[in-house]
Amino acid sequence: MKIVTTRRICQIFFFIVFIWFCAVTTLGDQWWQLRGWPVNWIIELDPLVGLATLLSTRTLYAGLLWGLATVVLTIILGRFFCGWVCPFGAIHQFVGFAANRKKSVAAKIKINRYRPTQSIKYWILIFLLTISAIELAVDLIRSPATNRWLFAVLLLAVLAAVVIRTSRRNGMNFKKAALWFLIFTGLWLLLSTGLKDHQTSAASLQIGLLDPIPLVYRSFNMMILPLIDRTGLKLSAAPRLYDGTWLMAAIFMAAVLLNLLIPRFYCRFLCPAGALFGVLSRFSLWRIGKISDECAECHICEKHCEGACSPTTRIRSSECVLCVNCLNDCRHGLMTYQIAPSATGDIPGPDLSRRQFLAAAVSGAAVIPMLRVSGVPGSNWNPAVVRPPGALAEKEFLSRCIKCGQCMRICPTNVIHPAGLEGSLEGLWTPALNFRIGTSGCQFNCIACGNLCPTAAIRPIRLDERLGRNSFADRGPIKIGTAFIDRGRCLPWAMERPCIVCQENCPVSPKAITTREVFDTIDPGSRLIVAKADDFYIELQTAGLETGKYTTGDYYCAILSSSDGRLRRIISNWERGLKVDGEFPFDPPPPSGSMIEIRIRLQRPYVDPARCIGCGVCEHECPVPGKRAIRVTADGESRDRSHSLLLRG
Amino acid sequence: MNSDLNKNSLNRRQFLARSAKAGISIAAACSAGLWFHDSMGPAPSVETRSDAGLLDFSMTDQNPKMAIVRGSNRRAALNSALKALGGIESFVKKTDRVLLKVNAAFASPPVLSATTHPDVVSEMTRLCLLAGAASVAVTDNPINDPSSCFALSGIMDAARGAGATLFLPNPDAFKPFSVPDARLIRSWPVLLGPLKNITKVIGLAPVKDHHRSGASLTMKNWYGLLGGRRNIFHQDINTIITELALMIRPTLVILDGTTSMMTNGPTGGSLSDLKQTNTMIVGTDQVAADAFGATLLEKFPSALPYIGKAEAAGVGTADYRALQPVELSL
Repeated sequence: MKIVTTRRICQIFFFIVFIWFCAVTTLGDQWWQLRGWPVNWIIELDPLVGLATLLSTRTLYAGLLWGLATVVLTIILGRFFCGWVCPFGAIHQFVGFAANRKKSVAAKIKINRYRPTQSIKYWILIFLLTISAIELAVDLIRSPATNRWLFAVLLLAVLAAVVIRTSRRNGMNFKKAALWFLIFTGLWLLLSTGLKDHQTSAASLQIGLLDPIPLVYRSFNMMILPLIDRTGLKLSAAPRLYDGTWLMAAIFMAAVLLNLLIPRFYCRFLCPAGALFGVLSRFSLWRIGKISDECAECHICEKHCEGACSPTTRIRSSECVLCVNCLNDCRHGLMTYQIAPSATGDIPGPDLSRRQFLAAAVSGAAVIPMLRVSGVPGSNWNPAVVRPPGALAEKEFLSRCIKCGQCMRICPTNVIHPAGLEGSLEGLWTPALNFRIGTSGCQFNCIACGNLCPTAAIRPIRLDERLGRNSFADRGPIKIGTAFIDRGRCLPWAMERPCIVCQENCPVSPKAITTREVFDTIDPGSRLIVAKADDFYIELQTAGLETGKYTTGDYYCAILSSSDGRLRRIISNWERGLKVDGEFPFDPPPPSGSMIEIRIRLQRPYVDPARCIGCGVCEHECPVPGKRAIRVTADGESRDRSHSLLLRG
Repeated sequence: MNSDLNKNSLNRRQFLARSAKAGISIAAACSAGLWFHDSMGPAPSVETRSDAGLLDFSMTDQNPKMAIVRGSNRRAALNSALKALGGIESFVKKTDRVLLKVNAAFASPPVLSATTHPDVVSEMTRLCLLAGAASVAVTDNPINDPSSCFALSGIMDAARGAGATLFLPNPDAFKPFSVPDARLIRSWPVLLGPLKNITKVIGLAPVKDHHRSGASLTMKNWYGLLGGRRNIFHQDINTIITELALMIRPTLVILDGTTSMMTNGPTGGSLSDLKQTNTMIVGTDQVAADAFGATLLEKFPSALPYIGKAEAAGVGTADYRALQPVELSL
């Protein structure tokens, strides 16, 4: 079997695994639904997820350790992940192949030539990683003020670096080096006193915007699979809906269609994971190269070169995605995969100047502090963003969420949606609850999202913790928000109509929504004056009632200016009279000329914020169709004490 | 004539051919335009036509019957109640296709009694199949996520374990339906999918407190056949329950009052909301069953307006004693 065939089988295998894991991320009782399948495995294999969360949280969460395997293999083999594993890469390779297969050999060679702009992906990588690393960097800069030992160790390391550099470069004199070192140390000390630990410099994680694995997961979870739901091949009981997927669709389609211009456009120019692999493969043991320099430079090896790494001349190993097409295409058998360097030389490292590096790093370092001037997250937090149960406090949450959409896919009620800009640009596509769509609110007995989250942005809680039982009894249940009644829209509050669907559906025991009974006098359009009456019947002087309107069981008759204050339920009415329930006869019947009133029995809902957990079942079930009359906001959420609503009892 | 000009100009044949093609194109465009021309604009939307009628599965050849059995064992109580009414065979014949309408409204475990107890589901399934039923299906349109509801309530395992199939509601299973002379159920989506080819319907309801209507018993249980934005009917809960009872005439209703939810209904959520009332009611008259069920919740039937309304509409009798119910104790 040719090695190219092996590579294709490997790509198809991982693509099928990816699709399979997306499809089985469905809660249900079928064998193909979530059954302990390692559905996060491909995300975990992506070392950029691991590295970025390592920088932003200084830990490597659970399965993200798999990324280490990829790193080790990349250091030995080169960018095998891009050419052999990455499902997004497989899509690009296939589309690029299909779109360009009829082009002439010369045209193919032309579109696969190396372009200096391919280094843009390294800028993107540095930009995104600096965003993750800013808090760590600030902490290190502040070390003289906070941790002297750390400072001493760091300073020694810098000193050692300067000494080594100076001794290796004869041109630089020692005095000058010492001067630079002193200026550097002075600046550091100065900065350390000036910088403060502040939320504007807290870590944020934006790697998920362009990291291909979260991107492809997000695109499939929230666009492709919901479309499949609408065909005969139903993956979910009810078709899944996701708010604001137009931007995801636009990015996904753009990334795929750019292959028509240049194959693997995304991989060559934009992919930050590819850039990371490019850096890691700098010292790779095995590389693609030539066994001899007796090359006719026919450029045939570049005909199908996926990485555009110019194998004809000096091969750029950091761009090579190990597609191994050149091994197949070279008619002279010159190309090989070997430990010895290429006979015509290679360029192992990425093409990146110090100036470009600094520009990308400085922009990355500046972007989050600049965004956070808005006060989000912080005092200007948006209460409309309700996070799933188990979500960390907003700052920690934003330092972990990779926007992969796994929580949104697994949520059995489809209540978790990708946020738009409501949680600021930083929070784009992070999980937020939308109680209007989906099949119900956030289910009382469900902890699926946190147990699936690959980075613990939503913690893997147990049911006892969610419900505040057993060992968690003293903490109480996890609150994700509080429901508020809009008395201007609520039927019993504003429109003299009975309802209390919210109270009925409240899953908390005792219910967080209680009701108070009132009997409101309604205006039947005319004054109700008794003509004659007996034990159960009242005949009125004027015909003004709408026949049958007051027979729903919710209307009561009150006799005014009488010692008999009892309200009697109306069981039937016609234009000029009514009949009341047989349980309590009028005693005595109201005399002719006395006034009566019709009152409606209303149960008006009240929310007890101490018991409400913010699950939003009430908002989902509220019969006011558009903007609901009871709505949940994140006020009182237990993940952040500064958002608490009530005094602690 | 100048030969150059000649080269660039049309000859007669070419001119005629081109004219004919142009003519056909004009004719096609004009006829397409006129064909689709609409001088009126869209009419205001009209209510979609829907099936109307009653879903009648009752035993017309029998007088209304009722049995009340006291005991804490659901299976035993169910068996002796049915025996007192002449055995399951007098309701379910060979080749009958039976639908059990359970209450699976909430994703909560059986111990909290917010849903039909799995024992009742499995025992009824077993008895129906024993009587020779060709098939037994179980359905409901729950409030919480359907598959979670059936799984957590234990109904899924109970039904499948006893040989019944589970019908989970899907959008295609709802069809607009009207009840004759009804005010509320008019062209409203009703869960008719699982009723297709069904010959007998049995309602299995728990006894639960219900803040808006007073009690959730056998008649309220048919709420689970409604689709759409059914919550708006809470504005007139007594009428909707009456219309539901009018819409469907079941073969039997089973009201499981072994454990009653006295407070915090209809969701419950705590064992302190429950009370052991140790009563199983089986009957053919929903109104009578509910009238008796109200007493388990320590309420007078007259305090539940829908019982009076359903009686007035001719669904059944609120005076359950008139049916001379068989009362047994285990």
